[in-house]
Amino acid sequence: MPQALTATGFMGLDSGLAPWVIAHQPVPADVAAANDSESPDQRRAAWMAAAQAGDRRAYEKVLADSIALIRAAARRQGVAQDHLDDVVQETLITVHRVRHTYDPTRSYDAWISAIASRRAIDALRSRGRRDSRELHDEFALDRHPDVDDASASAESEQRAQRLRAAIAELPPGQREAVEQLGLRERSLNEVAELTGRKAGALKVNLHRALKALRERFHGEP
Amino acid sequence: MSDPRSHETLIDQLGTELVPVRRLLPPWLRTAGWLLAVAAIAAVLLMHYGVDSMLRRWAGTPDLAWAGIGAMLTAITAAWAAFVLGVPGRRAAWAWLPLPGALLWIGASGLGCFRVYLHNWIAPGTQVASLHQSADCLVFIISFSAPLSALLIVLLRRACPLRPVLTAVMVGLASAAASASLLEISHAYDAAATDLLTHALAVAVVVAVNAAMGGRLLSRA
Repeated sequence: MPQALTATGFMGLDSGLAPWVIAHQPVPADVAAANDSESPDQRRAAWMAAAQAGDRRAYEKVLADSIALIRAAARRQGVAQDHLDDVVQETLITVHRVRHTYDPTRSYDAWISAIASRRAIDALRSRGRRDSRELHDEFALDRHPDVDDASASAESEQRAQRLRAAIAELPPGQREAVEQLGLRERSLNEVAELTGRKAGALKVNLHRALKALRERFHGEP
Repeated sequence: MSDPRSHETLIDQLGTELVPVRRLLPPWLRTAGWLLAVAAIAAVLLMHYGVDSMLRRWAGTPDLAWAGIGAMLTAITAAWAAFVLGVPGRRAAWAWLPLPGALLWIGASGLGCFRVYLHNWIAPGTQVASLHQSADCLVFIISFSAPLSALLIVLLRRACPLRPVLTAVMVGLASAAASASLLEISHAYDAAATDLLTHALAVAVVVAVNAAMGGRLLSRA
């Protein structure tokens, strides 16, 4: 008898006490065959039910699938775009800790959205607290722009400009090949038809152009 | 800015930590568990004081019986609401569930006061309490509420109350109402303004202490 008790394991406690609740819950076996007639919510509910039983693949699927829902819930609470990912991470960690509170007979989307909203509100509050402690100095803000964002975007803009200038300096045949094949992503045949050049000549021009650009930017021969 | 890579890393890490979990029992079942403890206390009190005096009081003055039933209903519904609020995704409107019971409780107690003052009709085997005696009720309700609240909080800590203060108010209401109905078993005083005020004060103290402390005790998630 003691063995029989351990064999049912601790997952058995719920089913033993409330078989009528468990009866219409999706069993993990259903998960692999999540068919097309299910709504996304039902599919996630089945995955989470399987995850509660320890199915790692279903767990990773349902978490990955939840990111969009979490972001939507956080956005509804008024979390700024830049901080959505923090809320996603916090929510995923909370979900991991309280995954036993999900009842597979109910909506998974409502469950995760409620947790995400809570985490979003927490994020807004802690940000509000931090902001209220900080001094607002407009002058300092102007003199010390946000280094990460501004310099990164300026740098990539500069790089693009240098590349455009280098392409413009290429001989006309090579420039045409890069613009048509590389930048507009047309096929060899399309460009051959468009420019009246032979496909072989276009290929040679493209190779020469890329070699020239490579040399210019990386100093490679 | 979406950062899919860090989410992937986190999901992968949570996946490695995944172990099967025992699902939370349905709220009504956990409510029943708590009520079992209340019933055990009631049984002890009934054994000590006997059923007769209570039944005689109730037969003579039905409003006392209605007040007792109202208090019991409030205790049951408030505990149930607390357990439901501990499940993410359930509606906050569940907090209204104890309202009808509370109205019956308060209404019948109020009627009792009118009965005593207008008709001088006093329940058999009781007296109208003096202020000093009313203080006994205060002590009774608070001292029974403390362990009942503690038990509810312990039972709720496995859940995930996303609205800890509202849940704590439900905990306070449930335990204060349960204590008031337990008091009914041994209550030697009839309804009176002083007695009613003491009860109201006791309930308010229990609810307020829970709201102040419970929010912190419950907000584990």
